[in-house]
Amino acid sequence: MLGYLARRLAMTIPTLLLVAIAVFALVRLIPGDPVQVMLGDAADPAQAAQLRAQLGLDQPIPVQFIHWIAKLAAGDFGHSITNNLAVLPLILDRFQVSAVIVLVAVGLAACIAVPAGLVAAWKQNSLVDLSVVGGATLLLSIPSFWLGLLLLLLFGLKLKWLPVIGYVPFAENFWQAASFIVLPIATLTMVEIGVLTRMARAASIEVLRFEYVTHARAKGVPEWRVLARHVLPNAFAPTWTLIGLVLGHLLGGIAVIETVFTLPGLGRLLVDSIFARDYPVVQGCLLFTAVIYVVVNLIVDLCYPLFDPRVTVA
Amino acid sequence: MRANTAIGGALMALLLGAALTGAFWTPFDPLRINLRARLQAPSSVHWLGTDEFGRDVLSRIMVGAGASVIISLVTVLLAIGAGMVVGCTAGYIRGWADRVIMAVNDALLAFPGILLALAVMIVVGANKVGLILALGLAYIPSVVRVVRGTVLSIREKEYVEASRVIGNSEVYSMIRHVMPNAMAPVAVLATSMFGWVLLAESALSFLGLGVPPPAPTWGNMLAASRPFMETAAWLSIAPGLCIALTLLGINLLGDSLRDRLDPRMAHG
Repeated sequence: MLGYLARRLAMTIPTLLLVAIAVFALVRLIPGDPVQVMLGDAADPAQAAQLRAQLGLDQPIPVQFIHWIAKLAAGDFGHSITNNLAVLPLILDRFQVSAVIVLVAVGLAACIAVPAGLVAAWKQNSLVDLSVVGGATLLLSIPSFWLGLLLLLLFGLKLKWLPVIGYVPFAENFWQAASFIVLPIATLTMVEIGVLTRMARAASIEVLRFEYVTHARAKGVPEWRVLARHVLPNAFAPTWTLIGLVLGHLLGGIAVIETVFTLPGLGRLLVDSIFARDYPVVQGCLLFTAVIYVVVNLIVDLCYPLFDPRVTVA
Repeated sequence: MRANTAIGGALMALLLGAALTGAFWTPFDPLRINLRARLQAPSSVHWLGTDEFGRDVLSRIMVGAGASVIISLVTVLLAIGAGMVVGCTAGYIRGWADRVIMAVNDALLAFPGILLALAVMIVVGANKVGLILALGLAYIPSVVRVVRGTVLSIREKEYVEASRVIGNSEVYSMIRHVMPNAMAPVAVLATSMFGWVLLAESALSFLGLGVPPPAPTWGNMLAASRPFMETAAWLSIAPGLCIALTLLGINLLGDSLRDRLDPRMAHG
């Protein structure tokens, strides 16, 4: 177990380094002089030189990179150009909003999708299976931002059950905060149910064919117990991996949902700073999201041996 | 699952039909502004209504279909082409080259696709070519992964060995014998990828980072419809429904293709 842990941890180091290089290179690749872009055309040369020195852009590229990494390691992600706020606290603040929505949505989706997939596989090619697969495929095909708009149209504008625009932190007013994030969570949950159900079903079908399932049935274990004790744990492993990928995917794609529901999350911060050409924030958001993605997948992999003891041997 | 193929095929035919027709003829000029016909509900003249500038929604949907098809198709071809070359090279040469390629590849996979595309869009700018480049680059790593895995298993097969033994060069054996046999999983991937790219393209356009207005895409039409959602719901419904139906078509076709190529999943 410890060996597995060490190996899996060591694997993330080159990944994180390459991610850092990619994010660093990205901003250097943007056509034009970043200082010129940041200050506008009518910039005064002295001011430009000062900003250049402040950003360390007058140094050779490798030196810039080392400086940047050293600062990152100390938790200094730089300062926003538009409002001079420190980037890391800004990101963490916005990340809370996105994280709550994504985590709740994936949790809910898994709670619905895994049993649905299991039952569909158990009753393969029956009417139940057909409707589960059909429903999942339909959900998979609806773009999240459109589903969000439709829900907003129905529950916000027509029925007026829920507010259309805005956000309140949970610490301020729990119920009001909840009312603002019900629809985004519902949207993401529905979209992710599609992917996860199909995966859970495919995995369960494979497991149902194993001899130990036949054996369990043959020795007279009740059917519900076969499913709960033998099929579910074994079918859950591949679905669990997918949950990790889905989490990362959601964090990457959260910007559209936050745009639909005007939530001040991480995705919106990234898109807004792209429009504002606020490169330190852009860099910070990209790096932060990539690191979270790597960490989530690391946690997912580290949980693997809990479901499947064979993993540590491999 | 013959119904999958039929429904999927019909939906894709509808998309291609709309895109092709839209390239030569639309009921109205999709860009012509007519302020006297603003925000009209669907009628016999304007089947899907008009938008806030009085432009015909059906015409814009048709032209948008063309944009989506072209962008997604070129992007998939780009990603598959580049991914095949890199993946085959890594899988066939193996050794340190493979290790370096896969390390870079895994780092790129550590970026969620749409985030990587967003990052590239910052550099190349919001336009059609930039979008294709950004999405193409974003999806190359998944192709590399699949192709390399397949090549690794195929290169040890007897017929590849035989090709080497009778004196064919490594490159010839790879192109003639390994690549064609790696096509099945690539075909399945390409089908799903067409859907992902189309979705990513409309998401980027929705965020304002895709094809810039006034050129219509389903994504930017959906974004523009937001302020008029209450008074002109048809503006929000039509483009989204088009994206959803297209994705449904792709997913159904992808499923039937997977069933055909991977017999394990076909029957219980």
